[in-house]
Amino acid sequence: MGLLDKKYHDSNIIIVSLDSALNWARKSSLWYEQFGLACCAIEMMATAASHYDFDRFGIIPRSSPRQADVMIVAGTVTMKMASRIERLYEQMSEPRYVISMGSCSNSGGPYWEHGYHVLKGVDKVIPVDVYVPGCPPRPEALLEGFLTLQKKIEGESLVEKKPSEKITEDADRHETT
Amino acid sequence: MTNQITANIHETKEMTINMGPQHPSTHGVLRLEVVLNGEVVTRVHPHIGYLHRCFEKYAEAMDDYSKVIPYTDRIDYVSAMNQEHGYVIAVEKLLQLEVPERVEYVRVILAELQRIASHLLGIGTFGLDLGAFTPFLYCFIEREKILTIFEKISGARLLYNYICVGGLMRDVPDSFKPETADFVKTFRPKIKELNDLLSYNQIFIDRTANIGVLPAEVALNYAASGPMLRGSGVSWDLRKNDPYSIYDRFEFDIPVGTGEVGTVGDCWDRYMVRVREMEQSLVIIEQALEQMPDEGNVMEAVPKRIRMKEGEIYVRTETPRGELGYYIISDKSSSPFRVKVRAPSFVNLSILPAISRGALLSDLVAIVGSIDIVLGEVDR
Repeated sequence: MGLLDKKYHDSNIIIVSLDSALNWARKSSLWYEQFGLACCAIEMMATAASHYDFDRFGIIPRSSPRQADVMIVAGTVTMKMASRIERLYEQMSEPRYVISMGSCSNSGGPYWEHGYHVLKGVDKVIPVDVYVPGCPPRPEALLEGFLTLQKKIEGESLVEKKPSEKITEDADRHETT
Repeated sequence: MTNQITANIHETKEMTINMGPQHPSTHGVLRLEVVLNGEVVTRVHPHIGYLHRCFEKYAEAMDDYSKVIPYTDRIDYVSAMNQEHGYVIAVEKLLQLEVPERVEYVRVILAELQRIASHLLGIGTFGLDLGAFTPFLYCFIEREKILTIFEKISGARLLYNYICVGGLMRDVPDSFKPETADFVKTFRPKIKELNDLLSYNQIFIDRTANIGVLPAEVALNYAASGPMLRGSGVSWDLRKNDPYSIYDRFEFDIPVGTGEVGTVGDCWDRYMVRVREMEQSLVIIEQALEQMPDEGNVMEAVPKRIRMKEGEIYVRTETPRGELGYYIISDKSSSPFRVKVRAPSFVNLSILPAISRGALLSDLVAIVGSIDIVLGEVDR
């Protein structure tokens, strides 16, 4: 970079790697899918509302999975809902990310022991990027989750794939052989 | 010949579409199977159970009556204090336990604050459904103030686990009284602001007046309760008609739907009942703050171990959404034999097919919003 910087000094050209330019754009406009399941959805709404204000991070709610970059699974995932979540995840365009918000979607939470119909963690059906603990997590915790996701996106590369995708590819190969 | 062709073009077939489970205006994970003729709704069939969390199973599986309280919070997560209050009253009645005065007053103040918080959320999201985004932000500013008060006393913002059998988890801090009084003072002008912003907004009135009219007779036949019933002009509030706790000591009015801008029992009436109820809650809080004793041990009546006799009880309380009933059967063991919940949202939702017949699809959104359901309570 050092040599080229001086060469284009007059004409407002910034030289960065393609990776960091793409990652910068991606992490600065994380549109999330407006998809509340249970109690955590109320805290998700509180985070988006006036006091905590998601907008200042470029995080905007979308109603359709096709317009969204990140899915916040906010609440208890029941068996009945699990197949729908899987489908919604498939409808999102890549690159896509998942934040699991709250104990219920992390591991089943308070419904872990006797919840005969509660999925013990949403990561059983879709790959999760960031887990936010709490029952329900405070809005600050959800913001921290988003900042963590932004850091994760910063380290991404066009050549190397996301670790979660690698896992699914490995699993596919394993099934076919 | 030309007439025939146009007739063919305009001929419509019935079409079934799904609204939800992922839809921004179903307030959670409700799935509505809607049969449409053109844009007119001919039939609605609500599918529930996407958030079933087996409250009854948990109530039976816990080894203590107190351990059920966190799960009552999660039935209706928008008004957790009211849920705890109802359950605790039921257990105390089974135990024939007398509760200190101070505890009763704190509980009533918290229940009324929670009612305001819940209505603020209901109103905000109702506006959001109809395309009014700004009131939602205004409502949440006020809601955060209530949550801050709750956080100071219980440590949690949403699910408190604060009211316990026989008393409270811990005494309220000294700042509780002045801060609540301060909130009451600042919140009153905000209701007027909300009225200017949303209630009497012509676009809002056009979207909600004469829509989803629920006649009083139908409401009674379906056993509706809360703002849903009062919106239809029936003056029925358990705080007044069947007073529990210490509600008989306060003077307040029961706001009912009057058909101010449309027909009695339309969406606007149901909405307005909520706004006026917030004013009445402020009146109750003011009186309670005045009468509340400054001293008193809130842990006085808390039993070390709950020893229950055989028996059964049904206790009903007025939550922001209507009549919440807890039916508890106890045996000699330390955990309840059965806890059945009569959830107001579930009953109110059952009216939806009756009142949305003939409405436009866009009005269906307004009707669902005006019922103000919480899916955690519908499915339990």
